[in-house]
Amino acid sequence: MSADHGAGAEAVESKHERPKHELSAHAKRVYAIRDLLLEKGVLTKNDIQEQVEYMEARTPANGARLVARAWVDAGFKKRLLADPKAACAEMGIDATSLNEFVVLENTEKVRHLVVCTLCSCYPRPILGRPPDWYKSLNYRARAVNDPRGVMREFGNEVPDDVEIRVHDSTADMRYLVLPLRPKGTEGMSEEELQRLVIRDSLIGVVDPLPAVPKQ
Amino acid sequence: MPRGHHDLGGTPAGPIDRTEHQLDDWEILADAVNQALGAKGIRRTDELRRAREQMDSGLYRALSYYERWIASLETILIEKKILTKEEIDRKVTALEAKWGEP
Amino acid sequence: MSLAVGKYKAGDRVRVRTDDRPGHVRTPYYVRGKNGWVERVYGEFLNPESLGHGGDGLPQRPLYLVGFHQNEVWGEYRPLGRDKLFVDIFEHWLDPA
Repeated sequence: MSADHGAGAEAVESKHERPKHELSAHAKRVYAIRDLLLEKGVLTKNDIQEQVEYMEARTPANGARLVARAWVDAGFKKRLLADPKAACAEMGIDATSLNEFVVLENTEKVRHLVVCTLCSCYPRPILGRPPDWYKSLNYRARAVNDPRGVMREFGNEVPDDVEIRVHDSTADMRYLVLPLRPKGTEGMSEEELQRLVIRDSLIGVVDPLPAVPKQ
Repeated sequence: MPRGHHDLGGTPAGPIDRTEHQLDDWEILADAVNQALGAKGIRRTDELRRAREQMDSGLYRALSYYERWIASLETILIEKKILTKEEIDRKVTALEAKWGEP
Repeated sequence: MSLAVGKYKAGDRVRVRTDDRPGHVRTPYYVRGKNGWVERVYGEFLNPESLGHGGDGLPQRPLYLVGFHQNEVWGEYRPLGRDKLFVDIFEHWLDPA
């Protein structure tokens, strides 16, 4: 992945580099804006690079670690639900830039689904950038009035007797789903459990992966 | 007041496109510049949101996610008199010349 | 999260105002005029309606997690059952129900 190119410097080749003259009008403007902000001293190259690295360091693996620990350690789970930012600190996950953070616990009878209908609020400091579908106009429209239809599109058929709770993140709270531990995972290590906690299960649209039966 | 074009909850909508794309460099840059300006207190998240809400509705639906960010960032930077549209335009022209715009 | 010294407590029934004010607001259209309940008291936060227009967001306003029955928000929601919808709403958008 290429980093900040420097004020007007030549582009560093990367996998995702397209010839710049082929970019859309708006895409081109970000380079102009960046160059001007650097020239005027509003930002430094370092300011920008720091943010690139900040986001690179944040991935759904953080969420998987929190969940797997909560599954194996009842005390940690209580702490995670009561004070998620402190629980993150315990695990060495830097959630300090989150204003507020709420963990929503799934149960046999309750599944949570997180959306931001007004824009695309997402627990970025923990999970990194949201998937494209989460930011899409159709998800933002339908998650609130058709959560079952949305989940069905993701292959997740929720029985009628399971309650769905949709959270629309309209303020400073960022929501993370604590999925239900899949059956048949007793005796799995934390690392093995982490692999079941896929990103989409932290948003709530699907459940975690099932345990793979040992051969 | 008509409902804002950003206020999408419950509006008629189709299936969800689940394809994901790796971010292009310009998107990574848009993200980083935006966050850097926020970290320095130069812009508030709600100002950017408001700028997107005030965009032309057709443009809002036509632009991609990061294109909307860039458009709203430009609006706010101009509003705050940090940059002008003219100098951004001039810089784009200069960059296009360097990039080999035919 | 600290508890706010606000008007409402968990369990209170509330109705979302149908204010049609211009400017940047974070109360979605689909819950305006709907009845729900306070699920959680979140504390006080800067007002986005001020921040969005360059204001300082003060004074901070109490924010609540407000719950709604899906069947009461959407006429055509199915199944008829216990599904719920939760939205983070500021006190100045809520009236007692």
